[in-house]
Amino acid sequence: MDILLGLLVNVLQEGFIYGIMAIGVYITYKVLDFPDLSVDSTFPLGSCIAAVLITAGVDPWLSCLAAFGCGAIAGCVTGLLHVKLKITDLLSGILVMTGLLSVNLVILDGKAVMPFYNKDTIFNSGFFGTVAGNLSADFRVLVIVAGTCILVKLLLDVYLKTKSGLLLRAAGDNAQYVISLGKNPGTMKIIGLAIGNGCTALAGCILSQQTETANVASGKGMVVMALASVIIGTSLLRKAKFIKATTAVIIGSILYKACLTIAMQLGMPTNYLNFLMAVILTVVLVFNKVFAGRGKNSNVNPTQI
Amino acid sequence: MSTQHKSDTMADYVAMRRICKTFNRDSLNEIRLFQNFNLEIPKGQFVAVIGSNGSGKTTILNILCGSVPIDSGSVSVNGKEISRLPEHQHSEFIGRVFQDPSKGTCPQLTILENMALADNKGTRFGLHFGINRKRIPYYRSQLELLKLGLEDKLNLPVSSLSGGQRQALALLISTMTPIDLLILDEHTAALDPRSSENVMELTQRIVGEKKLTVLMVTHNLKYAIRYGDRLIMMHRGGIVLDAAGEEKVALQTKDLTEKFNEISLEDGN
Ligand SMILES: Nc1ncnc2c1ncn2[C@@H]1O[C@H](COP(=O)(O)OP(=O)(O)OP(=O)(O)O)[C@@H](O)[C@H]1O
Ligand SMILES: [Mg+2]
Repeated sequence: MDILLGLLVNVLQEGFIYGIMAIGVYITYKVLDFPDLSVDSTFPLGSCIAAVLITAGVDPWLSCLAAFGCGAIAGCVTGLLHVKLKITDLLSGILVMTGLLSVNLVILDGKAVMPFYNKDTIFNSGFFGTVAGNLSADFRVLVIVAGTCILVKLLLDVYLKTKSGLLLRAAGDNAQYVISLGKNPGTMKIIGLAIGNGCTALAGCILSQQTETANVASGKGMVVMALASVIIGTSLLRKAKFIKATTAVIIGSILYKACLTIAMQLGMPTNYLNFLMAVILTVVLVFNKVFAGRGKNSNVNPTQI
Repeated sequence: MSTQHKSDTMADYVAMRRICKTFNRDSLNEIRLFQNFNLEIPKGQFVAVIGSNGSGKTTILNILCGSVPIDSGSVSVNGKEISRLPEHQHSEFIGRVFQDPSKGTCPQLTILENMALADNKGTRFGLHFGINRKRIPYYRSQLELLKLGLEDKLNLPVSSLSGGQRQALALLISTMTPIDLLILDEHTAALDPRSSENVMELTQRIVGEKKLTVLMVTHNLKYAIRYGDRLIMMHRGGIVLDAAGEEKVALQTKDLTEKFNEISLEDGN
């Protein structure tokens, strides 16, 4: 029973951490209709920023903000490549993903892995670390990551209801409509990519604080993982009109982590993990086609309550 | 008339002067569409444009909206030279309804969200709440004018509306904030006869109420004769017929078909 509880807590922890990234990818992939591959490198970017700043003694929450900011800048670069230089969406993402590999190494001063044990992180210091202090370590982490993830979700929900947020959704839906309103849809794409990659870097930052190490290779497979979470969440909960898409995406992330954990528990070797991730996404995509109804646009409405 | 200085009348409220436009220059399929094309529209005039396929009607609208750059010449609306502005800045003073009903609205957003966006045209689109609840009665009253029952469907995504309903909504949306020029590109072409009659009636009413200057392209000769104060027929990048006032009133569908036949004889088909 304890093992099961431990596994459940673990799934929830990771589900919420990667859920933050999935919410970001929801903005780029679903709202903007932009398949953004830079995510694979903005995730470790967040980790690297966290490692360096926390080692230097910067407040861990401040490091989270910094990670979000750096991710957002990377997203802007992807957007600028696409909007200003007219490079296709996929290629813009690939260019930034590749370029960031070097940037991440430079941030870590040439090291591929950088541990920062026994430093102040969001999990053991500050207001939240102390408030949740008398919980066991695992529960403390869970409470803090769940809280952060839900906060990010709520902030994005509010943003999507502002004028700027409505315009962002319009840009993904019908760029011509945004032009008709006298606004540049390219600008909205850049804003969306900034938010998406900011969230991704934030997730990377939080994950590295939990493991107390940053690893430049931690971003492998993030695009697939995030897309799977988004698609699982939004298609499974399509019928549940009372659930917002951002919530659905977090649930998708948790379900996805649960699938992986179950497979591992059933004795699947770690080497097959990436393979399994690809298979799960394929299955989800196929099921999504079969059940979505003939070419109907039946996304979960982002502002549905 | 000829002694009058041009810029101090409203006769050139919308002016396209000496427009030259060649597509695919220096290639095998080069199309020299406009050579010194001129068009002037006085304030408040409703112009209907007809013409053969490929005569350049849509291109004129695209040039006015900034979607197609010109090689040389000038385009001005209400005294502003606009030919060098980026496309989205044209929309600040030009409203447009497209032939394709899915272009004029956002299908996944609700009617309310679409209207709220349009209502904010010309503002900064910052972090204020997107939908102003106090404006909802106004949106409702506007939708009631369409007589399509849309006022009770505010929270429905536009994708669930019919083409005719969408086109009526698009018309409403494009004229919600003050504009200098309304551009209609075969905006009833995708609709069944009944809906297209409705949308034309609606167009007439909105144009009359808001005293808009309008450029409407249509392939429907009946509409071209029935609506508007001036009729222009285009052929191969030039104007072959331009009738306003009495002359326009006297025009019959028969005259236009004859003119069309004349043109196609020239073309040898
Ligand atoms: N973007 C473009 N690139 C190349 N050629 C173009 C482009 N746009 C228009 N043309 C050409 O310019 C000519 C005029 O096209 P336009 O669309 O303005 O005609 P139209 O009068 O609107 O015709 P229709 O009645 O079929 O809508 C055509 O020969 C067309 O092939
Ligand atoms: Mg046309």
